[in-house]
Amino acid sequence: MSIPADVVRLPTPSPPRFAAIRALRLGDVPLVPLVILGIIALVAVFANQLAPHNPEIGSLTARFKPPFWVTGGSTEYLFGTDQLGRDVLSRLIFGARVSMVVGFTAVFFAGIVGTALGIISGYLGGWVDQVIMRVTDTWLALPALMFAIFLASIVGPSMWNIVIILGLVYWTRYARVIRGEVLSLKEREFVRLAIVAGCSKLTIMRRHILPNVINSAVVLGTLMLGVVIITEATLSFLGVGVPPPEPAWGLMLSDGKQGLMVGYWWLTVFPGGCIVLMVLSANLLGDWLRVKFDPQLRQL
Amino acid sequence: MGQYIARRTGYCLLSLFLLSLTIFFFVRVTGDPATLLVEPGASDADIAAIHHQFGLDQPLWTQYGLFMWSLAHGDLGQSFYYQTPVMELYLQRLPNSLLLAFVAMALSLLIGIPSGILASVQVGGFWDGFGKLFSLLGLSLPSFLVGLLLILVFSVYLGWLPSSGAGGPLNLIMPAFALGWYFAASHMRLTRSSMLDVLGSEYIKLARLKGLPQSLVIAKHAFKNALIPVLTLAGINLVIMVNVAVVVEVVFAWPGIGRLLYEGITFRDFPIVQGVVILGGAMIVIVNLFVDILYAVIDPRIRLES
Repeated sequence: MSIPADVVRLPTPSPPRFAAIRALRLGDVPLVPLVILGIIALVAVFANQLAPHNPEIGSLTARFKPPFWVTGGSTEYLFGTDQLGRDVLSRLIFGARVSMVVGFTAVFFAGIVGTALGIISGYLGGWVDQVIMRVTDTWLALPALMFAIFLASIVGPSMWNIVIILGLVYWTRYARVIRGEVLSLKEREFVRLAIVAGCSKLTIMRRHILPNVINSAVVLGTLMLGVVIITEATLSFLGVGVPPPEPAWGLMLSDGKQGLMVGYWWLTVFPGGCIVLMVLSANLLGDWLRVKFDPQLRQL
Repeated sequence: MGQYIARRTGYCLLSLFLLSLTIFFFVRVTGDPATLLVEPGASDADIAAIHHQFGLDQPLWTQYGLFMWSLAHGDLGQSFYYQTPVMELYLQRLPNSLLLAFVAMALSLLIGIPSGILASVQVGGFWDGFGKLFSLLGLSLPSFLVGLLLILVFSVYLGWLPSSGAGGPLNLIMPAFALGWYFAASHMRLTRSSMLDVLGSEYIKLARLKGLPQSLVIAKHAFKNALIPVLTLAGINLVIMVNVAVVVEVVFAWPGIGRLLYEGITFRDFPIVQGVVILGGAMIVIVNLFVDILYAVIDPRIRLES
């Protein structure tokens, strides 16, 4: 058996759950992560109304202003300003939009490709299965980050390129899991009856197999959201992600690195905090969904 | 056994072939590779010359043949920026990356194994909860952020550790921690589940029935067997560490292959990017093969099963 490169990213929960996390839950729904993701989504949608300043244009007379509660800061720039005098808060608000759009579309894109190929591979079997699974294994062997950097350096930076790249890198995770499920599904009675009833292969895959694997795909997607957002931030940080002056959190961290040594901590701590909040929420939600809806995935 | 090794080696070769095909395909399908292979700002005549020099005016399968031919000879092209072969640059930087990866691995095992054992001994207890929180943070904190925060605390405010470059052992501490952080969480989880597996087995019950004290059962009987999967994962992770250290190496200006890849990106030095990715992928595929074979040697069930 070969162990895929990034398999370690997926968490393994175990039955007696962490007490502090359980305490955060109202009933059984993980309320805190849902609320955080909800707030980030709202902020992303209403960025234009919420942001006090233009996120891309700063005033050079107001460079490196600290947050308002630190001496030298003012309430005009609540979270301070960066090296070009741009308002950090406004950039964080618009950054939420970038993270949300990239995160969700990339997960969705990877999910569609991966699920489709997983179903085809698992149901048809034979050489189709061999080809798809060999490609999946090889792509899984490449570290996701390295593969993404390679693709990004070929196609050049842009937000939609990043979405496509992340989709191309991460569909393999879905394909593996979905194929495994299809292998056991296709031996079940209802699929055999469908064959006897004369359904075409396409119909069986679409009408009988797909609805049964969609749960796993959604759970996996939630778990992938955190991974995808981290990868996007990393690519932006390295300069092959979302191009400047677009306000992406990873890009803000990269800009903030210059000011870090002189102690301009707000340029690192705020965008970093946003990334952690969002990823943590996505992971908590994904863990809960997995335990709740898909016992089979617990082993991942 | 021979048959098993032959089949695994076959798969490995197939993977390497697919890897080369993937890289070859992506470079060509996304546009004119000549624009990647000339220095920025080259004239049309230069581009035409490159087309001819690299055989880009020939049919695709001939091009692929040429590509594989030079790969087989260890020729990954010439860096524009350094004006030296990529292979040479790679080998220069590799020792630094290995050093960083070894120290990071040692740190992650030192943190991961004891905390995993503690968590498995008292499932649902304080240490288990603490471990859960720790592994959740390990998954959710990107390594470059850990690196930046470490710099902020230990270099900027406390002034204890140098923030960048290579040199003394002090330079290694923060990058190793930033890199090992995430892997510590994964080693912790695996140690925990592996310990739980072993602790549930018959021979542990026997050891307990004999009246051995808890500490002896865990330290002597359970720990040794539980360690096997963890060490296997650590072996694979070591190779992955070498290849995913890009961000950490960038944050701490550590002169490893990750930093080389970053220089390749920022100077638009495509041969470097391509070379590092090819070598990284090949390294991982080959290590996976070794692990597969090693598994089969240790555990006959694996080689008989498939």
